[in-house]
Amino acid sequence: MRTTSQKLSFFVSITAGFFFALSCAATAQETKYIEDQRLDTESHIGNLTGHARAAQPDYRRYCVGCHGEEGDGLGENEPWLDPKPRNFTLGQFKCRSTPTGTLPIDKDLYDTIARGLDRSVMPPWNTFTHQQRADLVAYVKHFSPKFQTEKPGTPIQIPPEPAVTADRIKAGQALFQRLECWKCHGVEGRANGPSADTLQDDQNRPIKAYNFAEGARPKCGGTDADLYKIFMTGLDGTPMPSFADNVKPDEAWDLVFYLRTLEPMHTKEREIAKQLGLKPINPNAPAATPEATPTTPTPAPQQ
Amino acid sequence: MKTGFRYKFAALFTAGLLLYVGIAILGRRVSAAPPTGASVTGTIKLDGTPPHERPIDMSKEPSCAKIHENNPVRTESVVVGPNGGLQNVVVYVSEGLSGNEPASTEVQSWDQKGCQYIPHVMGLDVNQHFKVVNSDQTSHNIHPQPKNNSEWNKSQPPGSQPFDMAWTNPEVAIPVKCNIHPWMHGYMVVVKGPYGVSDNNGDFKVSGLAPGNYTLTAWQETYGTQTQKVTVTVGKPATVNFTFKAK
Repeated sequence: MRTTSQKLSFFVSITAGFFFALSCAATAQETKYIEDQRLDTESHIGNLTGHARAAQPDYRRYCVGCHGEEGDGLGENEPWLDPKPRNFTLGQFKCRSTPTGTLPIDKDLYDTIARGLDRSVMPPWNTFTHQQRADLVAYVKHFSPKFQTEKPGTPIQIPPEPAVTADRIKAGQALFQRLECWKCHGVEGRANGPSADTLQDDQNRPIKAYNFAEGARPKCGGTDADLYKIFMTGLDGTPMPSFADNVKPDEAWDLVFYLRTLEPMHTKEREIAKQLGLKPINPNAPAATPEATPTTPTPAPQQ
Repeated sequence: MKTGFRYKFAALFTAGLLLYVGIAILGRRVSAAPPTGASVTGTIKLDGTPPHERPIDMSKEPSCAKIHENNPVRTESVVVGPNGGLQNVVVYVSEGLSGNEPASTEVQSWDQKGCQYIPHVMGLDVNQHFKVVNSDQTSHNIHPQPKNNSEWNKSQPPGSQPFDMAWTNPEVAIPVKCNIHPWMHGYMVVVKGPYGVSDNNGDFKVSGLAPGNYTLTAWQETYGTQTQKVTVTVGKPATVNFTFKAK
């Protein structure tokens, strides 16, 4: 014969089991619900609207090997890669048109997919249709909760590109010295500045400064406007900071032009620098205070 | 007998549930009392020998090396004052806040001087503003690396204007570094509600609290956290002392 307490314990354990099962099911359903909701993420690039759900097959076919099923950058190839694949769950991206510390706009991600990242294993995915790329942008966004709670930053304003002049290149060189770009990138842009060897990314992995003399394309694109964006927005997750607080929008073009003279390719800027007999900066020159440095170049005659 | 027991069980269960709900409501009402400016003070000590702090070689940055020529600086992972007090410990309320505590509005200053962060550890309330200052003759990049907030990275050449920032989420603690000068390290400790940072004597003060029961947490960058419970009453500042054991 069973005692009352035995019956009671049976009753209690059955009830507890039932509630436990119920809560498990509820949690699973909740996770599924959140995942489902996240898959509704959209992207908007011009007239295109991307849908995360539509990109699932493409992502699983082409992206998962490096970026991983969860988008955490821990795909099966990750151990053999350097630079490491991006962890999408952090919602942090190098190539942006938005200020440092903010989310990129959809167009930034779209451009990165199409352009690829030079000197990494991320190729230009120009084999995809525009629609497929837009869908993948939405899928990349769906991994990070940040895209659900935060709005992307406001893209920085880039004034129209002026004509290259000798004065602008000289002003750019003064900026290169004042902003101490050479501390990492070196006086000739050869990535051999005094701080170059100790640079680390956010995961404390060694990272190299960009070597202008190598003739490679910068990670976030090689056009003049791309260069402009790189130092005005900074490359989040790397040591490259944003200089937007200390460079006026028009001045920034001067620096772009000077950076072009450091490249080995034949450029108009290089030609002008050659005519000027421009020498690399001298880092030991008397400390360049903002008062001493002409921060606003005199308007140069058009050449 | 079987039925009787079942009724008894149901009655007990219901009573328990009612009691729980009652306590929850009552507890909420008590904690909603307006703050009356009570405070907690105390001293933080280190028990044992602090770790060896290595001298920093700033020869790669001549302008900073010159400042410390006669007094080489060392790392600051454990800073012990002359009286054995532990500096740079942030004490904050981890449990018991009513949400009515006055927000800290004072604008803190995060200075870069002699290629060091001053202060080395800064306490901050959520959304409390701080300005980043560069007093050096060299460029710095200020690169906080939060997990629970948005990371940013800004350059500040010599002579440039200070800029103003704030953190929107609590986070203990956000490491801050300068990529140009890899020896520069500091922490911003972002907490909800009042906090105190210990000075060179190890003394701290947490003010702006309402009378009540609280759990205080003390955070030190090398030794981690410690907690203690404290009851704060009107008109009599409570005292809580923490002792960290040297590893």
